[in-house]
Amino acid sequence: MNNTGLKNRSLVFGGIVVIIALVFIARLGHIQLISSDWSNYAGRLTEEREALEPMRGKFLDRNGALIVSNIASYDLLITPRKAKNLDTIALGKVLGLEYEVLKKRLDKAAAYSRYVPSIIVKQLNAREFAMISKQLMDFPGIKSKTRSVRSNVAGVAGHLLGEYREVDRADIRGDVYYQLGDYKGKSGLESSYEQSLRGIPGARYHIVDVRNNVQETLLELDTMPISGQDVTLTIDVELQTYAEKLLRGKRGSVVAIEPETGEILAIVSSPFYDGNSLTGTRRGSVYDSLNTHPWKPLYNRALRGTYRPGSIFKMVQGIIALDEGVISSNTTIACNRSIIGCHGPHTADNLTDAITHSCNPYFYEVMRRVVLKGRDPNPLKDASLGLTNWNERVKAFGFGTNLGGHIPWIRSGSIPNSLVYDKIYGKNHWGYKTIFSISIGEGELLTTPLQMANLAAIIGNRGYYREPHPVRDIGGLGKPAGIDATHNLDILPKHFETVVNAMQKVIEDPNGTGNLAQIDGITICGKTGTVQNKGKEDHSVFIAFAPRDNPKIALSVYVEYAGSGGAWAAPIAGLLVEKYLTDTVSNTLREERILTFQP
Amino acid sequence: MTPRESSIYKNIDWSLVIIVGILMFFGLLNVVSATSNLEILEWFDWGGKGGKQMMWILICSFLGFLILNIESEFFIRTSVLQYLLTLVLLVAVLIVGKKIGGARSWFGFGGMSLQPSEFAKPTTALLLAWYLSRDATKWRSLKVRFLSFLIVAIPAGLILLQPDAGTVLVFAGFVFVLYREGLSGNVLIIGFGALLIAIATILIGATTVHYPFFGTESGIGVFWIVWIAIGIGVVFLAKDLTVPRKRKKITRWGIASIVAGLMVSIGLHLGMETVLKSHQRDRIHVLFGIDVNNPDADYNIRHAKASIGSGGFSGKGWMHGPMTAYSFVPEQETDFIFCTVGEEWGFAGSVCVILLFTFLILRVIVIAERQRSNFTRIYAYGVASIFFMHLLVNVGMVLGLAPVIGIPLPFFSYGGSSLIGFTFLIAVLIRLDGERFRVLR
Repeated sequence: MNNTGLKNRSLVFGGIVVIIALVFIARLGHIQLISSDWSNYAGRLTEEREALEPMRGKFLDRNGALIVSNIASYDLLITPRKAKNLDTIALGKVLGLEYEVLKKRLDKAAAYSRYVPSIIVKQLNAREFAMISKQLMDFPGIKSKTRSVRSNVAGVAGHLLGEYREVDRADIRGDVYYQLGDYKGKSGLESSYEQSLRGIPGARYHIVDVRNNVQETLLELDTMPISGQDVTLTIDVELQTYAEKLLRGKRGSVVAIEPETGEILAIVSSPFYDGNSLTGTRRGSVYDSLNTHPWKPLYNRALRGTYRPGSIFKMVQGIIALDEGVISSNTTIACNRSIIGCHGPHTADNLTDAITHSCNPYFYEVMRRVVLKGRDPNPLKDASLGLTNWNERVKAFGFGTNLGGHIPWIRSGSIPNSLVYDKIYGKNHWGYKTIFSISIGEGELLTTPLQMANLAAIIGNRGYYREPHPVRDIGGLGKPAGIDATHNLDILPKHFETVVNAMQKVIEDPNGTGNLAQIDGITICGKTGTVQNKGKEDHSVFIAFAPRDNPKIALSVYVEYAGSGGAWAAPIAGLLVEKYLTDTVSNTLREERILTFQP
Repeated sequence: MTPRESSIYKNIDWSLVIIVGILMFFGLLNVVSATSNLEILEWFDWGGKGGKQMMWILICSFLGFLILNIESEFFIRTSVLQYLLTLVLLVAVLIVGKKIGGARSWFGFGGMSLQPSEFAKPTTALLLAWYLSRDATKWRSLKVRFLSFLIVAIPAGLILLQPDAGTVLVFAGFVFVLYREGLSGNVLIIGFGALLIAIATILIGATTVHYPFFGTESGIGVFWIVWIAIGIGVVFLAKDLTVPRKRKKITRWGIASIVAGLMVSIGLHLGMETVLKSHQRDRIHVLFGIDVNNPDADYNIRHAKASIGSGGFSGKGWMHGPMTAYSFVPEQETDFIFCTVGEEWGFAGSVCVILLFTFLILRVIVIAERQRSNFTRIYAYGVASIFFMHLLVNVGMVLGLAPVIGIPLPFFSYGGSSLIGFTFLIAVLIRLDGERFRVLR
């Protein structure tokens, strides 16, 4: 049987063995050397990257006081595999959740993964967590994770600061920085300065086992997170707090600017809300109630509220007329009430008196002179050309512009030009008599409280303004470039002085409309305004700056549906000026009257 | 002839001893790594799997030493007895055995387990060698062929009842022994042909085709029709192209092949569709690269390949493979031990292991062919076949080239029974070979 023929069969067998060995080696070569698919897959299975959250930059006030910082909050997570024999009813009691709600969350977690922890309760604050943390130890598979959330220490300026909350799909798609579950500034300054505030996350790399439990840490690859930059605001937190206190229970706004620098000292829109209420477990319900409230607390009146400027606008008309040379400070104009109605006992005023008395016929005539300068023999064409010039002059005051747009969601309002009336009446179908209501601040004019505060700053500065802005410093590097650009109106200071005289009289003259803004020891210059609402109480408006020379504060105050400007907005302005300049409030009776007032 | 009293150690094949020693040592390192969480000292714990494997290696060394000092005559004379004893154990394990992982393959004594099928492999090899090497045996007789088949089939059948498909596959490897002893080479060709048809059936069976009248069904129907059409065409063509006296034979064989192929295909397809459970069918589909909806179906193989693939050329180093350490691969220390080699020792280490096994098998074939004793030659072929099948199925499985069938890698995988079985297998061969100058059987 052991013949040569059969002996050769050893070669067949040996050959098969060698072929199989070569096939195996080729396969190994492919898996281990040529293709990287399998080693990449192994990396995905065994390595886990844990992002280390950087500390978000803080918001400080102009004097370094803390406005927004970070505090710890606690998410509760469940690992379904470890949570065997979980007493769901008892857990529901501890967490204060209804059984069905909790059951749904637990089922969802179990469906997602048995091994990976899923969040069942989000953002408990320290007090809530402390109350239940001990009881939670009785429940297997439940653990907590700390995350830092925003805390508005001062509890003010919710509108300005905006919201910091979880990213959505669009955010993740738009910026590789964000991952599911991350937070970002979604509105206000939190959003504008997101890039500076957010910092750079670090990372820790782990080796995990098949159940996704961390087993090792790969120290050599780790990077530490870099904290975000602190943002110092121009806001004076005491003034801001006091302004919010005075506006509580009212609809309206306060904008205070430092005239010399354009820095916003306070900006309030009322009703306002505490930024802290929009973090944590109750965000959803709080947001809903804010969103459906008839007073629209989420609406930022200071930036987006557009009102007809009323009498206050007469100062702008006067300054433009002086600069155009159509009147002088001594020019008197008869109070011809057949053209347009007026109030008070005067008969013929110069500019100062006309502002003090808020004389309507005076400004009818003043604007007529500015517009109809004989640029064209056809009076209709003349009006059109004149209005174009007038529009440019008014826009130089910042009206109809976004004033640099240094606060998000700012609105421009509108100052009509020829095109606006061409559209309404048809080209060359309107004259000055058609549009005269804008001469006294009515008609198609729309301005915002920020623009009105800026007007006070322009007059206080006698002819220039710097773009109003809320930020003084980012990360110790100073003001962002271009944020306080200067706009010079190229109007002689003496023209402003005439108006300033009038504004002082508004406050100090026994018959002035702004008497209630008066403060002992400080010369305030102001002007009342009244925005008429058909069938409802008027909006009370007041703008002011103080002191008269080298003013430190310029402001606008709006109180909606409250009555005349002198009755409510003026005393609020007075209180704020005194608070800011002297750090005290002497007229407690006035303060009491404001605090208890509910329009 | 060497004097009887001269030492056996002068004539034994030291290369086999050295290869086996290297494999055992390397295997031990990998078992230690696979069973500890990157804490090197843990394997000194004799209660741990590394410690136990070390203990088994010492026991096996002693066993090997013992066998080398036993006259080979002993193994020849007791081969029938040993075989029968194994059969008794195989029957007994079906009755009193412990069920682990769905198979009743183990005897349990306290903390220890014994797997009788590991001993059935060497005893079957011994009996087959004994039976075929008797003077009167002539391969050509039908009775001899039948009895040889029976010697392999009885233990294989008992093991299939456990069920342990892997070990049954190893018994199929005895076909190489029979082939060397005279079994027609056509058997191998037919086997290979059947394998090709089976692969085609599985691949085509998973496709869907829209049939008129029947709707959307498996594409296998088209395969069968084409198979018959082409088959008949080829047979007629071959008949016309060959000399007349061979025509009858070609026609007969041709038709037989077509029918047999069709039967294999139909049988396999129906078997897959009706007998197998869906997860078993998924596993087979995964092996052939067919998409399955069940993500768990290829879990083992995906992780096994990831583990090996992540080793790169030189590996991550002993005790430094995270997939090994953190139980990403199931049964890492037994059937999937090659993954540890791949991950921690890389391409270099893996190729070394494959080459060591290849060299071991080729060396055993060389030893077989240098024997004057028919018994030793046949036994040696048994040994070579067993090692070959283990290498083929085990490494084929972890590389995703063969179905997931649990079977240990000789000398590597953790476990006393397999270690003792393989030690016995190789030690008896070394002893038999050591006496090659002494006896003429």
